[in-house]
Amino acid sequence: MENVAEAQKSLREIKTRGEFLERFLKLSLGFWALFSGLLFPILAGLILLYEARLAIEEFGFIHFLTYTNWDPVQEDFGAATMIFGTVVSTILSMLIAAPVAIGIAIFITELAPNWFKPIVSTAVELLAAIPSIIYGLWGFFILAPIMATKVEPWLQDKLGDVPLVGKLFQGAPTGVDVLTTSLVLSIMIIPFMAAVVRDAFNMVPPIMKESAYGLGATKWEVIRQVVIPYTASGIAGGLILSAGRALGETMAVTFLAGNRPEIPKSLLEPFTTITVALANQFTEADTDVYLSALYYAGLLLYLVSFTMLGIAKFMVLRLEKRWKV
Amino acid sequence: MSRKTRRKLFSNFMLFVSFLTAAYGIFWLFWILGSLVVNGFKYLSPELVYLDPTPPGEEGGGLRPAFVGHLIITSLATIIGVPIGIMAGIYFAEYGRNSKFFMTIRQITDIMVSTPSILMGAVVYAVLVRPVGHFNGFSGAVALALLMLPVIAITTDEMLKLVPKEMREAAYALGAYKWQVIKNVVMRAAKVGILTGVILGVARIAGETAPLLFTSFNNNVLTFDLKDPMASLTVTMFNYVMGPYNYWHQQAWAAAFILTMGVLLLSIVARALLQRNLLEPLFYIVRSITGKKGG
Amino acid sequence: MVEPQTASKTRMEVKNLNFYYGSNQALKNINMPIYDRKVTALIGPSGCGKTTLLRCFNRMHDLYPANKYEGEILLGSESIFNMDIIDLRSKVGMVFQKPTPFPMSIFDNIAFGLRLKGIKGTELKDRVEKALKDSALWDEVKDRLKDSAFSLSGGQQQRLCIARAIAVEPEVLLFDEPTSALDPISTAKIEELIVELKKKITIVIVTHNMQQAARISDYTGFMYLGELIEFNPTEKIFTKPDKKLTEDYVTGRFG
Repeated sequence: MENVAEAQKSLREIKTRGEFLERFLKLSLGFWALFSGLLFPILAGLILLYEARLAIEEFGFIHFLTYTNWDPVQEDFGAATMIFGTVVSTILSMLIAAPVAIGIAIFITELAPNWFKPIVSTAVELLAAIPSIIYGLWGFFILAPIMATKVEPWLQDKLGDVPLVGKLFQGAPTGVDVLTTSLVLSIMIIPFMAAVVRDAFNMVPPIMKESAYGLGATKWEVIRQVVIPYTASGIAGGLILSAGRALGETMAVTFLAGNRPEIPKSLLEPFTTITVALANQFTEADTDVYLSALYYAGLLLYLVSFTMLGIAKFMVLRLEKRWKV
Repeated sequence: MSRKTRRKLFSNFMLFVSFLTAAYGIFWLFWILGSLVVNGFKYLSPELVYLDPTPPGEEGGGLRPAFVGHLIITSLATIIGVPIGIMAGIYFAEYGRNSKFFMTIRQITDIMVSTPSILMGAVVYAVLVRPVGHFNGFSGAVALALLMLPVIAITTDEMLKLVPKEMREAAYALGAYKWQVIKNVVMRAAKVGILTGVILGVARIAGETAPLLFTSFNNNVLTFDLKDPMASLTVTMFNYVMGPYNYWHQQAWAAAFILTMGVLLLSIVARALLQRNLLEPLFYIVRSITGKKGG
Repeated sequence: MVEPQTASKTRMEVKNLNFYYGSNQALKNINMPIYDRKVTALIGPSGCGKTTLLRCFNRMHDLYPANKYEGEILLGSESIFNMDIIDLRSKVGMVFQKPTPFPMSIFDNIAFGLRLKGIKGTELKDRVEKALKDSALWDEVKDRLKDSAFSLSGGQQQRLCIARAIAVEPEVLLFDEPTSALDPISTAKIEELIVELKKKITIVIVTHNMQQAARISDYTGFMYLGELIEFNPTEKIFTKPDKKLTEDYVTGRFG
């Protein structure tokens, strides 16, 4: 009798101990999950906001966004030039990268023979693994001089006199400018975009494609008229995701932008972006307002980047939900 | 030319264009890696690793503080970031799947993966550098850990989700507690995948520069003290490339070569781990050497 | 195995067909006629090769590497292996197991195959309308041709796919278990449609539903493990089959 009671008691103890462990584990794990997805992003934003408060009070919102004068001496800061640079370099790099990334995704999913697919896939992934400072270093030492001495003079020669377009190619071809930066940026985001588009393409059910082939369509017709519209949401999401990454890129841009605090009037002129300004000026900001202005620009970057990535995520999720057969 | 022939020709043409885009991508890869190999290899020397840098302008010297500092910062960041990331990932996969709130949290974590890394440096500066009064290696490690955290969380979540639910159900059916199911069954099944995620995370932060620019900053002297500013390969490369001295450029190339080869090697190892059939013969050899029986 | 039919001629003919997925032989020495403007059903247990055979008729296997055909399939008097594959596929259409509406409007779906051939304007509109009428869908969609095809129900979507396939006026229409994903009412509608369509088009249908084969087909081929065990008029297959294996299958003794 006693033994049974004892056994029952220890069984109860084990049960409650087990339950206690359960609860403890769930709380600990849950806390870190909450941290990584809620506390951390909010805290980061709040810290940026707090550091930027001086500049926000001084310069307001519209003024900071539109004023082009970034003057540490006079302690007068307007972030328009760096915002312009960020936006332009991102858009340009995407214009170059998007068709290439889609082309690579088409090649990997539709064209490449089975033995060749992993080679191209691996090559694309290796491109993605290369650290961004390497792109900067390589771009600065190898690509920029070639752009300066060969490519850009050639472009100027051929297109400089064309009305409208020619204006884009004025200025001394130093190689350290909008064009080179956007080119290197585009190479950096191609792997990522290609991977997203490739994954989207792989979601198309084979019988969908077979239906189109069954009606007598050529391979390109199937891709253009069925596969791409089917995955349009995913492709757009991938584009915005890549733009979000290009937006935050620092090292490659710092080496290749030329860091001139003026709005460039042509592709061949140096410029600056928010990340470049942060990288170069953060440690040199000698006044509180100066540092605060940098934080303000950083805060804006954080918010825009977060929003863009959020929209992109939403679009990709919509694709996944729609087509989960 | 019949309409049909025109359509077929056009289709072939467009597919050829897609081939060209693939060639375009591979072209850049080869050029970049090739330049690294050619220029980096040239300036490789053992002195780089065991000598300290010379005063600016004086030829020679090495990058010892940078190598050591980089190792220290990256290792510390891994120690901080990986456990937290794995814990978060476990929660997402095992507890949070039915909760819309936690699924949203998970998506936000995924967004944090792609957030500009320089902003992490700015955030950590305000918290760990300014109050202390000087740059320090610890803050650099924290900045990198914050970058690593979402990456590990997401890959852990993805790998755990791959474990079939039947495996979990079988364990529950035997009367196991949830923590036992997770620890003994699910984690064990996803072991390799999670390890791959960790290796890829390490490869990613090993190449970061921006977050270190104003946290760990730089140091010409070798130090193991995390309260001091600490050199890193990436920041050193940044300074040297922008600098005026030729020998700085050469050392930057060499450092770039070593860093890239390291990062690529990690990536390839991670990928190979996922394709176990490649490594099975290797595992077999290791097992027979160590005398372990069974799988 | 093939009973001489006095009144029917063959639209397609399979001669000594062997088919390999890589090194795996999936079809063994198939010989079979497909009679003009009749419904021919292919039945058999899972894995018997009926879908594999069906997909030979429009060379769908060509899309995937390592597939090999041996033997002959004739469309009319021409070998389909010598024909241009785009031509073949506009003469031999296919409807799949699940509805596969393209991500575009109802009109554009039907017009898809026609536009590929360069048909436009009023001719295009007329042929779309005719296809929708012939697939018993016109009345339900005539006021919303611009709507997305996804706004249709499952059964309607499958009729859309049928309309899309017949818009290009094929000689032969292949059905791969077309009602397996549909409810009984939609299934009945599509079976009615098939019986109506056979007045103008030759039909081959793969089905795992024996009652369906018995209901709508004129001829039935019973397949097992890659071979054509028996081919006969449907009534014979289901009442007095020649082979014991056939009898066992249709009486439910296996499969």
